[in-house]
This record gives sequence, C-alpha cells and structure tokens, in this order.
Amino acid sequence: MIGSRPALVVVALLLAVAAAATGCGPGSQTITITIHYTAFDPAEIEVPRGVPITFVLVNEDPIDHEWLIGDAAFHDAHRTGTHASHGDVPAEVTVPALERAQTTITFDVAGELAYACHLPGHEAYGMVGLLTVRD
Amino acid sequence: MRRPWLSLPVATAALMITAAPALACGGLIGPNGAVNLLRTTTFAGYHDGVEHYVTSFEFVGGGGAFGSITPLPGIPTDVIRGGDWTLQRLILETDPAPEAAFFDAAALSGGESREAEVLLETTIDALDITILRGGGDEVGLWAKNHGFRLPPDAPEVLDFYADRSPIFMAAAFDADAAAERGQAIGDGTPVHLTIPTDNPWVPLRILGLGKAGGEAVEADVYLLTDDRPAMLPDAGAFGQGAGLILDHSERATDGLLADLRSDVGMEWVPDKAWLTKVVVDTTAAELTYDLAIDVSGAGEPSAVDAGFAPFGPDPAPGAPAALYLLIVAALIVAVPLLVERRGRSSAHQPPLSGA
Repeated sequence: MIGSRPALVVVALLLAVAAAATGCGPGSQTITITIHYTAFDPAEIEVPRGVPITFVLVNEDPIDHEWLIGDAAFHDAHRTGTHASHGDVPAEVTVPALERAQTTITFDVAGELAYACHLPGHEAYGMVGLLTVRD
Repeated sequence: MRRPWLSLPVATAALMITAAPALACGGLIGPNGAVNLLRTTTFAGYHDGVEHYVTSFEFVGGGGAFGSITPLPGIPTDVIRGGDWTLQRLILETDPAPEAAFFDAAALSGGESREAEVLLETTIDALDITILRGGGDEVGLWAKNHGFRLPPDAPEVLDFYADRSPIFMAAAFDADAAAERGQAIGDGTPVHLTIPTDNPWVPLRILGLGKAGGEAVEADVYLLTDDRPAMLPDAGAFGQGAGLILDHSERATDGLLADLRSDVGMEWVPDKAWLTKVVVDTTAAELTYDLAIDVSGAGEPSAVDAGFAPFGPDPAPGAPAALYLLIVAALIVAVPLLVERRGRSSAHQPPLSGA
C-alpha cells in the first residue's frame, strides 16, 4: 500500500485538469457529436437535467447537415418545414459541409428527446439520435 | 430518319443529384421531380491501353437543372460528344427489336477551400462537363459549391471511389436549356471519354446513389475488348455474380464492328473484338461493388477495382496466409502441450479442502 496515496492524488489531479479542459465541471458539460457518412456519433447521449450542455457538432461530410433536437411534435413540424437554414434557435443548428457548429442548451425536464437531420432523405438514411435527460 | 429503336428508354446519367438550392427542413424535393432516371446504358471499349467510355444523358422532360457524378478509372485525355448510334447499335446487336431487323448507319445523321481540382471543362449540347481530381470530401465540396445537392449516401460512396481513383466526371444538365435548344423528350446526349488506363473498369455502385436500399438498379453494360475479358464479380458465375447477368459474350460480328467504326469518334474500333453485355438487375443495397475487368489474359481482375479490397499497397505475397498458418501451427502444438501440462499438474495437485 506504500506509495499508493500519492498516485491517487496524481490521478485525481489529472482527472480534474481533464474535466476543466473539456468543460465538464459541475455547472456545465460539453459533448462533441461527430457527423460522418450521414450518421451521428454518438447516437445515444445521457445528460443531467438543469445543467447547461454545450454541443460541439463536427461535420466530417462534404454535404450540409443539421442537428435538430426536440420531441415528436417538434420533429413532425420539421419534417415538413421549409427553413433554408437554422441557427437562431439553440435546438436547431445547421452544420455546413466540413465545418463545425456549437450550441448550448439546458434541459429542464427529464425524459427522452430525439435529435435528427431533416434534410431530404437524411433521417430515413439513419441520421437520428436519442438524448436522455435524467434527474 | 428516326429509327423506332432510337426512342428506346436508354442511356441516362450514372447517378442523379439535384442542382436545387438546398432547403434545410425536411421533405422538400428539388425541381428534378419531373426528371426520371431510366435504365442506364454504358459502353466501355478497350483497345491499345485506352478505355473509351460512352454514356448518354437523356432529356426526359421537366424543368430546372440536374446532374450526375461518374467515377472514372483515370484522367481522360479527351471528352467529346459521343457518336449518334453507338449505344443504340449495341442494344440492337444483343436485343434486336422486331421492327428494326436491319441497321443502316448511313441513313442516320448524326469554407475552408478544399474543393477538387478541375482538370477539364467542356460543354456538350446542354451538358456542362467537368473532370475533377480529388478525394471524396473535395469532390463533394466542389459539387455542393456548384449547386449540386448530394444525397445522404454521397459521402460514403464518394470515398469508396476516391480511395481507388480520385477522378470524377461531373455533368450538369440544364433541362430548360435543353428545351430551348429544341431537344425533344427522349433525346439523349452521348458523351465519349477517352481514358488511358491499364485495365478498363466500370463503376456500378454509383448507380445506387441516392436510392433507398430496396430500390431497383437496372443497367446494361457493354464491353468491347480484344479478347474475352475476365470479370470480377464474375457475372453469371455461381455465388459471385449476384445481381449481374452475363447476357451476351461472343466474338463481335464484323457487321457490328463496321457499324461502330463508322460512328463519330469510334475509328479506334479494331477489326477483331469480343463483345460482352452484362445486365445489372439488383437493388441499391446489394450493389456494393464495381465491375473489374482484366484484359491482359492473366484472368485476374483486381479485387481493388471491384471494390472488394481496400485501396493501398498490396501486402507482401502470402503474408496473411503465412501468418494464419503460423497461428494454426502454434495452436496445434500448444493446445496438446497445455492439455498435457494441465493434466499433469492437476494430477499432482492436492485435493481442495473439503473435496
């Protein structure tokens, strides 16, 4: 057991530094979602309720995508929507080809929300994900 | 005089992409809704180290603009308007229509800028042709910035090709301009590319681009080679050619060769040749390969060209097999030894307490 305590301290320090570097403090959280071959990675995310979550959306594809998050009614509306692009609403983000975008959202209600791209054919191709807000 | 078989629904683009402005909210369809892709017919002739690739873009009505991207096995040295009857004459050879029992050629007249590099630009009728060199991202970005709206599977499909041959042909077709030019519905614009390459190679997977997995993909591919080609997948071979049908494989007739040679740009057609027709009849989900062809006589079409093997330098001959053999040999030796040792050690071990 001799020498294990300093090692634990070092590990704890490293974790703290890593958490600070990624914005994963108790008051906020950063999640990077990569878009590759018209798919979200990760496609399942769990976040705490009431904490600001910064989503960094990295589009590795040479085509535009969007990241829209909401409930079923929200997605129904967007499937037939006519917006040329998104950006004014935190839950509706357009990510141009080979670029990245960022948005911050605080989820106040626990439950499940879906995120998807509603550009023609993209959702059917599998560009959907599930976000769970836990208490 | 217009032959009845000229109105056959032949020869359209290798793939379809809309040139509509991208609209972000779902369910919107570009103005290409009225433009229908019909059965595709392409011709790949190979002689003296040069592939002659002929395909046709057919005006089938509707307005607006649409386009296609076709992967190529090499950089074309020439892109010209194709001859007026090559594709139709090939169809007549393998699928003769009753009302066209003979052929009389003489009676016909005939952000961060990572865009792909533009190698060649030309205009043929209402088609703007651009030859591009670049990776999947670069070609996709070029297409996006030039008004093409790529379907969701484009990133993966473009990479599939760019890893092996970073040369693409983008064709933008302005249906309104075609109508203004007096092009009637059903009229095609054949395009003839001259491509020096070691072996001809025909892109097939791209035919499924933008289609749902269960959607049918139908195409006719004609090959004219000096000798009978070896193909991968081997159309018609058991267990290999799923979705490919070897519809015709015979020495080309003198009449066919003479007729082809009399078309514009087809002077290269040799005196003797082998005619192959491969019918693609499958679904987009099943069409995950291309047609690799070996005309060297070695009978070894490239797995890389067929899309079955990843692009890159070939591993040292026999290396994987040798590795597997070593592993198997080690297992054969090690397992009996371990069993024997375990048997010995358990025989000498004291029984567990209470046992």
